[in-house]
Amino acid sequence: MDDVKTPSREERKSALSGLGTSRKRVEDARFTQGKGNYVDDIKLKGMLFGDFVRSPVAHARVKNIDTSAALALPGVHAVLTAADLEPLGLHWMPTLAGDKQMVLADGKVLFQGQEVAFVVGDDRYAVADGVSLVEVEYEELAVVTDPFKAELKDAPILREDIADQKEGAHGARRHPNHIFTWEAGEKEETNKVLEEAEVVADEMVYYHRTHPCPLETCGCVASMDKVNGKLTVWGTFQAPHAVRTVASLISSIPEHNIRIISPDIGGGFGNKVGVYPGYVCSIVASIVTGVPIKWVEDRMDNLMATAFARDYWMHGKISATKEGKITGLWCHTTADHGAFDACADPTKFPAGFMNICTGSYDIPVAYLAVDGVYTNKAPGGVAYRCSFRVTEASYFIERMIEVLAQKLGMDSAELRSKNFIKKEQFPYTSALGWEYDSGDYHQAWEKAMKSVNYKQLREDQAKQLQLFKDGKSRKLMGIGLSHFTEIVGAGPVKNCDILGLGMFDACEIRIHPTGSAIARLGTISQGQGHATTFAQILASEIGIPASDITLEEGDTDTAPYGLGTYGSRSTPVAGAATAMAGRKIRAKAQMIAAYLLEVHDDDLEWDVDRFSVKGAPEKFKTMKEIAFASYNQAIPGVEPGLEAVSYYDPPNMTYPNGAYVVVMEIDVDTGVSDIKQVYALDDCGTRINPMIIEGQVHGGLTEALAISMGQEIAYDEQGNVMTGTLMDFFIPTAWETPNYETDYTETPSPHHPIGAKGVGESPNVGGVSAFSNAVHDAFKPFGLTQAHMPHDHWRVWKIAKDLGLHS
Amino acid sequence: MIPSAFTFYKPDNIEKAVSLMSDFGDEARVIAGGHSLIPVMKQRLTDIKHLIDLSGINEIKGIEITGNQISIGAMTTQVELINNEELFKKAPIIREASLQIADPQVRNLGTIGGNVANGDPANDMPGLMQLLDATYKLSGSNGVRDVKAREFYEGAYFTVREDDEILISISFDAPSGGYAYEKQKRKIGDYATAAAGVILKVENNMCSSASIALTNLSDTPVYCDKAVDIILGKEIDNNILNQVTEACVEQSDPVADQRGPVEFKKYVAGIVIKKALTRAIERT
Ligand SMILES: Cc1cc2nc3c(=O)[nH]c(=O)nc-3n(C[C@H](O)[C@H](O)[C@H](O)COP(=O)(O)OP(=O)(O)OC[C@H]3O[C@@H](n4cnc5c(N)ncnc54)[C@H](O)[C@@H]3O)c2cc1C
Repeated sequence: MDDVKTPSREERKSALSGLGTSRKRVEDARFTQGKGNYVDDIKLKGMLFGDFVRSPVAHARVKNIDTSAALALPGVHAVLTAADLEPLGLHWMPTLAGDKQMVLADGKVLFQGQEVAFVVGDDRYAVADGVSLVEVEYEELAVVTDPFKAELKDAPILREDIADQKEGAHGARRHPNHIFTWEAGEKEETNKVLEEAEVVADEMVYYHRTHPCPLETCGCVASMDKVNGKLTVWGTFQAPHAVRTVASLISSIPEHNIRIISPDIGGGFGNKVGVYPGYVCSIVASIVTGVPIKWVEDRMDNLMATAFARDYWMHGKISATKEGKITGLWCHTTADHGAFDACADPTKFPAGFMNICTGSYDIPVAYLAVDGVYTNKAPGGVAYRCSFRVTEASYFIERMIEVLAQKLGMDSAELRSKNFIKKEQFPYTSALGWEYDSGDYHQAWEKAMKSVNYKQLREDQAKQLQLFKDGKSRKLMGIGLSHFTEIVGAGPVKNCDILGLGMFDACEIRIHPTGSAIARLGTISQGQGHATTFAQILASEIGIPASDITLEEGDTDTAPYGLGTYGSRSTPVAGAATAMAGRKIRAKAQMIAAYLLEVHDDDLEWDVDRFSVKGAPEKFKTMKEIAFASYNQAIPGVEPGLEAVSYYDPPNMTYPNGAYVVVMEIDVDTGVSDIKQVYALDDCGTRINPMIIEGQVHGGLTEALAISMGQEIAYDEQGNVMTGTLMDFFIPTAWETPNYETDYTETPSPHHPIGAKGVGESPNVGGVSAFSNAVHDAFKPFGLTQAHMPHDHWRVWKIAKDLGLHS
Repeated sequence: MIPSAFTFYKPDNIEKAVSLMSDFGDEARVIAGGHSLIPVMKQRLTDIKHLIDLSGINEIKGIEITGNQISIGAMTTQVELINNEELFKKAPIIREASLQIADPQVRNLGTIGGNVANGDPANDMPGLMQLLDATYKLSGSNGVRDVKAREFYEGAYFTVREDDEILISISFDAPSGGYAYEKQKRKIGDYATAAAGVILKVENNMCSSASIALTNLSDTPVYCDKAVDIILGKEIDNNILNQVTEACVEQSDPVADQRGPVEFKKYVAGIVIKKALTRAIERT
């Protein structure tokens, strides 16, 4: 007889592909073979198409809409206008930020690209012809695109619907174009510290308007089944359950009769969190016509009309002692929200988590005020691969640190090191009220400085500067540093909700009789690889190989309720729910194993994939055996089956952090920058899948490169979008993308069941500051303190020109 | 992004194509690679009722080289220009410039004819053809005629081509001397912020022949005749190169766009011209 050797513990562990394994992404087989199933792949019988007539101007009264020619066109079935939606109360819709937004132009338009009418027809071609035949008469009004001019006395009033309202969703409004003032921290005390400080640096830091621009644009297919009264909507939704609840509330279709399905999503980055007029119009059109309606944006629609990001003017003052100990931070932000306040933030946070702007530093006192204003630009203000306003906050503090270092005449690496929150200070409560869970910033910083050989870099830079000054080179070298702390994983229900829905998340697990499993979550992957990583969390928790666990998300009829995927919340919240549900499974499995082994529960111990009797490891029951037993044995006092569900309300946010360094060479004559090195050290707590982390970091760094070096949504003074196609909206290709070096430290979150913090957004948050700081650093010897992004060729050229480097 | 309806024709010889053109007048348009035309149609910036595809006409495809004479059919793709070794030997600047156009996908379909006939000042080949002093052969209802590239362009999207004329080929003599095509752009797939081509010969440190042309620095390509006059017969030194560069910039007249304001473009024009001159001289 063969002597079957029991596999060692290590062998059994590695067979699971659990935590810490660079398991290959299970999603990629279908994506790389063109077998994904995106919204636009959905084709239903009798389906019609819808598309918008959009406003060509930024501000106008709509005098008349003539749909007759369009309706006369063969193939066009209907043209919806605000007048058609009004009887249903759907010509306006609530936004996530407590404002309301026109679904279709109701008397006026407020931004270029605004939805004016919705044409429904046989196919895209008929609809496009129909769109071009709708005649709209506009009476143009004065336009405001500058947020600082929006509150002038004689500024044109944008939102006539609320012009007289002195109170908005977030408190007092002081001007018809003013949305809110939001404050955090200690105003008086901060002012006092600044007044008495030895050194104060004062700067306006602008984080320009940009756009998440996912590869797949937004879209949906709405299908109202009039026989059973059920509405099904397939769509690019980052939060399908929230969409279901909101749809029920605004349409008064009972929630059980609405099914929202997010199929494969081709990137979201915050763009797919909000509710757009296209969804509402498709649903209404399906109800009206009785057939399914598909609406999918084209690229120009996407860039022009759905959810921009950033657009924060951050005026800062930072004070310190002569030795470089930071004593206080003050920030006033003017936030350009566009025509409607449609920011996707937790309800109580109209400026998101901008109050993480004290960054990685131990700053004793701080004050932040944010004023939101309306302008004639598209609404949005979504978190583009970051938690709510966290990139803005991080960019702000990382610029202020640089300006302060300059003022102090101190190396900014040293200034950072001097002011980092120390390891022993965690959990650390910041001056603006957050409780940072864990971190070891000094360790990360030292590792980063050593890895890039910081001292040598500064020497090389000095040499290059000398060559420049001697007229032997027209190039300067810049070293961009950044240390960021994010606040992600929204979040505790006590302070985080969206439209009243607490931001918990959920996981439900069913173990099949033969020992494989299915797990369903309230989140939805848009490329993050949830099906890969969440199965790994479970594998380690319940001892079933990751490859035997199916992960499902995105169907509200089957998945447990959750608030979706954005703000790096999936791992911190749904990942925690997954671990907790796994632990419930294990607890029941222990009872079953005890019964099977005829011992007391407490006599068993968990051993990778089995329960074994303490002191007698040869007596054990594997999870597979336990699963089968749960279905075929009548165990006294134990229900049959092996299932669990966990709704996880996190006790705190998580605080991923990292240290990034970018080195670039800048040609002062052409403004062209050549990126020589990008080093990114991330601390995301427990690392679930190192390969996926690396992929996420590469992707996020590439977005950061884009944003800092060229990507923007630019408007002219008439409110025309100047960057409406990918010719002018910068998306780097492989050619523009530099090599990335990734690194890590691992400081687990003390409150997360497996210690994980989330990483998908870190590189965008930390990267932008590092790239931008490198540009600033190159020109620092000539006195540059602040130059706004994006640092494209002409703006870099302009820095050099203004500093007199062209003569 | 859906064009308005049009009728599609695919004639198999140039006579048929010309006769369709004269039948429909300005309601008709020929399509070559489509990589300038289709984006414009999709945005409904032009309304074309009749689209005449030239891809079935074999007589206007391919590269012919006899001695020093080069003739390129209008429907020759940019990738064919890049891959043709014979052409590279005779006129290496064609490959150098073509590789700086767009990206491989675009170059697989984009044609030399479409590029030069389009009349978009951002296209690279019109400047290149002025540099080479090329001749365009046009066929229309009034027969065939030759037009010099240096006389073809009247303004952005306006050329001397009549509505019913089709460009059939482009010919030029193989250049001799050093050459360079320098282009600054924001990313792969972008048109030039500023671009310049230079061909020149230096004998006994004297410039014995020269040609200089610019791309996307005016509403047409710019042939820098004044700069050429300055350099011809002169000894090459830094001073003369600066004068030549200045004369070229003088002749440019760029417009502001997302690439930057006029002042920036003129400055960068100076840089790319100087680089092109320097590299061309190095190659003599
Ligand atoms: C993303 C992108 C980037 C690009 N970047 C560059 C670049 O950097 N540099 C550059 O030079 N180009 C660039 N292009 C344009 C590209 O090179 C086009 O292919 C070229 O300009 C037109 O060639 P075509 O064969 O595609 O012509 P089409 O698009 O088919 O035609 C263009 C115009 O010329 C007319 N036409 C075509 N052939 C003839 C003919 N034989 N006789 C008369 N009229 C004719 C057509 O009617 C039409 O008006 C880019 C295009 C894209 C999509």
